[in-house]
Amino acid sequence: MFSWFTQVFAVIRFSLASLPQRLGSSLTALLGIAGVVAVMVGVLSIAQGVLQTMRASADGANVIVLRAGADTEMTSGLGGDEVRVIKEGPGLARDADGVVASAELFVIINLPMASAGTDANVPLRGIEMAATKVRDGFEIVDGRMYTEGLNEVVVGLGAAEEFAGLAVGDTIEVGQEDWPVVGHFSTGGGIGESEIWVDSRVLQNAYRRGNSYQAVYARLASPEAFTELKDELTTDARLSVQVQRETEYYEAQSTALYNMITGLGTVIALIMGLGAIFGALNTMYTAVSARTREIATLRALGFRSGPVVLSVLAESLLLALVGGAIGGSLAWLAFDGFRAATLNWASFSAITFSFDVNLPLLIQGIVFAAIIGLIGGFFPAIRAARTPVALALREQ
Amino acid sequence: MKFLGLIFGNLKRSKTRTILTVGSIAVAFLLFGYLAAIRVAFTAGIEVAGEDRLITREKVSLINSLPKSYEADMERLDGVDNAVHQSWFGGIYQEPRNFFPSVAMEPAELFDMFPEFVLGDAEKQAFINTRTGAIVGRKTAERFGWNVGDRVPLNSPIWPNKSGDSWDFEIVGIYDGAEKGTDTTQLFFQYDYLDEARQYGQGQVGWYTVRVTDPARAGEIATAVDALFANSSAETKTEPEGAFIQGFANQIGNIGFIIMCIVAAVFFTILLVAANTMAYTVRERTNELAVLKAIGFTDGAVLGLVLGEALVLTAIGGLLGLGLAALLVAGGDPTGNMLPMFYLPVKDVILGLVLIVVLAVVAGILPARSAQKLRVADALRR
Repeated sequence: MFSWFTQVFAVIRFSLASLPQRLGSSLTALLGIAGVVAVMVGVLSIAQGVLQTMRASADGANVIVLRAGADTEMTSGLGGDEVRVIKEGPGLARDADGVVASAELFVIINLPMASAGTDANVPLRGIEMAATKVRDGFEIVDGRMYTEGLNEVVVGLGAAEEFAGLAVGDTIEVGQEDWPVVGHFSTGGGIGESEIWVDSRVLQNAYRRGNSYQAVYARLASPEAFTELKDELTTDARLSVQVQRETEYYEAQSTALYNMITGLGTVIALIMGLGAIFGALNTMYTAVSARTREIATLRALGFRSGPVVLSVLAESLLLALVGGAIGGSLAWLAFDGFRAATLNWASFSAITFSFDVNLPLLIQGIVFAAIIGLIGGFFPAIRAARTPVALALREQ
Repeated sequence: MKFLGLIFGNLKRSKTRTILTVGSIAVAFLLFGYLAAIRVAFTAGIEVAGEDRLITREKVSLINSLPKSYEADMERLDGVDNAVHQSWFGGIYQEPRNFFPSVAMEPAELFDMFPEFVLGDAEKQAFINTRTGAIVGRKTAERFGWNVGDRVPLNSPIWPNKSGDSWDFEIVGIYDGAEKGTDTTQLFFQYDYLDEARQYGQGQVGWYTVRVTDPARAGEIATAVDALFANSSAETKTEPEGAFIQGFANQIGNIGFIIMCIVAAVFFTILLVAANTMAYTVRERTNELAVLKAIGFTDGAVLGLVLGEALVLTAIGGLLGLGLAALLVAGGDPTGNMLPMFYLPVKDVILGLVLIVVLAVVAGILPARSAQKLRVADALRR
C-alpha cells in the first residue's frame, strides 16, 4: 500500500514537472475554465444583488398593509379613514411621537438615466416622518431632511447615482411645480435607496389624491404581535385590507426578476461549461499523447496504472482549480459592488442594486470548475493507462 | 476542391482531437445563437417599430393619464396623419403570475395604425361589432389554450369594474404577427367597454400613438405636439416609437452590452483552443508537409491546405452549433414565458456564418504561414 502512494506522488510530480513544456495547451484550458467561471459568477451575482436588495428592504418586525386584492403598492388604495383605523391596530410599536407607522403614496415619475440618457420609471414615494423609524438604517448622508409640508424631496443614494439631475441643490419637475432636492439618504441598502421621498401630504396635493394613500408600513411591538394585528385588521368591517410581513412581501416582489436572471444565467453557464469540458478534454488528450513515451517508460519500470490515472486527473483538476480561482477573482474584481438599475417587473418601477459576488457563489464557481476538470481529465487518463507499453515505447 | 479528400484524410488522423475541436466550436456558436435570441428578447420591438409612428405620453410619468379629447387636437396638426389612443388595462387571468399585456383602444383604428397585426376580415368586423369582444395574439392564446368564441374573465387591479366582479371578454379573433419580431402576447379590447364600466377615470386614456405623413418630419412634429399641450393640466412628451421602446429596454439594464462582452470572451477562448489545435497538427505533420512540397506542391497549395482544414473544421462545428441554437431557441425561453419574443434573427445567423469564416482564417493563418515557409530540406532532416 505504501509503495502505491509513493507511486502516486512520484507520477504526479513527473506530470506537474513537465507542465511548463505543454504551456500553450494548458493555458488554453486554464483560460477557458476561468472564462466559464467568471461569466457564471458574474451573471448569477446580478440575481444575488437583486435578492440582497430585497432582503435588506425587509425587516421581520415590520408589516405592510395594502388594499385586499392588490398585488403591489401601485395597485393598492387606502382612504384616510382606513389609515386611521389601521394605525390604531393592536400590537403596533409606539414611541414618544405616537405609533411607529407611516401611511405612504407611491407613484412613478420619468427621469433620465445617468448612463443611457433615456427615461426610467423612478419611484416617488410620499411618506410620513415615522417612515424614517420604520426603516431601520435610515440616515441622511448629504444635505438635510425635507421640511414637513414643503415641496422638498430627499433622494436615495442609489437613485442619486443612477438617474440624472438628483444632486443636492437640483430640482425635479412634477406637474407645474419645481421640487428642490435637499438631501440624500441611505437606508443601509434595500429598495428604499432606489426612491425619491417627499412629504405624503405634498404628494397628495400634487397628484390630486385627496386624503388617500396606498400602503401603511408599520413596526410591530414584537414579531409575535403579527397574528393578532392581522386577525384584527382583516376582520374589521370598516376595512378591506391585507396584512403581510415585509419579508414575505419583498420576497414575492423579487421572485420574477430573480428567476429570470437565474434562469438565463444557468443556461448560459451550462452551455459554456460543456464548451470548457471539450477544451479540457482536448488539452488533456494532448498532454497524454505528448507524454506517451514518458508514461510508457514509467509503466515499464513497474509503476501501476492507478497512479498514472490519478496523475492525469490531478493535472486536469489543478488546471481547473487554478482556472476557477482566476475566473472567480476576475468576476469579483469586475462585478462585486457594480451598481446597476433595472426594471422591477412586479411594480413596473426602477430598482437600483449592486452586483453581489458572495462566498457561496464563488464556491459554486470553483465546484463547477472542478467538475469540468475531472470530466476533462477522466477519459484521457483512461487512455493513458490502457495504451500498451510496448506500442507506446515504439512511438515517436 | 481536389484537395478536399486530403483535408478530410488529415482530419481523420486524430479523430478524438477533431471531434473535440468541432465540439467546442459548436458550443461557441450554440452560445452565440442563444445569446442573439436573448438580446432580441430584451430589445423586443425596437427593430419592428414603425418609422412613421410617435408615442405621446404624459410628461411626468407614464402612469398618469391624458384626456381623450387630445386625439382630435392632434389630428388637426399639420403633418399628423392619424392619432390613436390606448389605455393600459393590466389584466390578469386567474392568478397574478398569468400576466400578459392588455390594452383598450378603438377597434376600428387598431388595424389602420398597426398593420403588423394580421387578422381576417370577418374577425376584424366581429371585433368592431362586439362590445365585450377582444382579440388576442397567437402566443398568449396558445399559452392559455384560448380559442375564438371562448369567454375569458380578467381581473384588473388598476381598473375595478363597477359591478365589483371581474371583467368578461369574448375572444373574437386571434391575430398573428406580420413579422417574426411582432409582439403577439397582447390582448386588445374596446375602449368604450372599459370607459363605461370602470369605477373612475372616465374620459381618460393612457397614451397616444401618432402617425406622421412624412417620417423625415417626425422630430419637428413631436415638438409641435408637445407645444400644443404645454401649460395645460396634462403636458405631454412625444418621441419616436423606436426611442420609446429603446428607453424601456435600457431600463431593464444594459443587457446588450453585457451579452456582447460574454460573446467576446467566449470567442476569444474558442479561438485559443482552435488555434492551438491547428498549430499542434501542423507541428506534428511537419514531415508530411515537407514530403508534399518535395513531390511538387507549391508553397501556396500548402498554405491553402492548412487553411482549408481550418475552414472545414470551423464550418462543421459552427453550422452544428447554429443548428443546435435554432433547436434550443425553438424550444421556448428559459424564463417560462416572461419574454415576449424569443427567436433567432436571420441577421444573426448571417453574422454567425461570417464569424465562422473569420474564426477559420484567424485560427489557421499562423500555422498555415509556417507551413508555407517550411523549407523542405530542413524539415525532412528533423
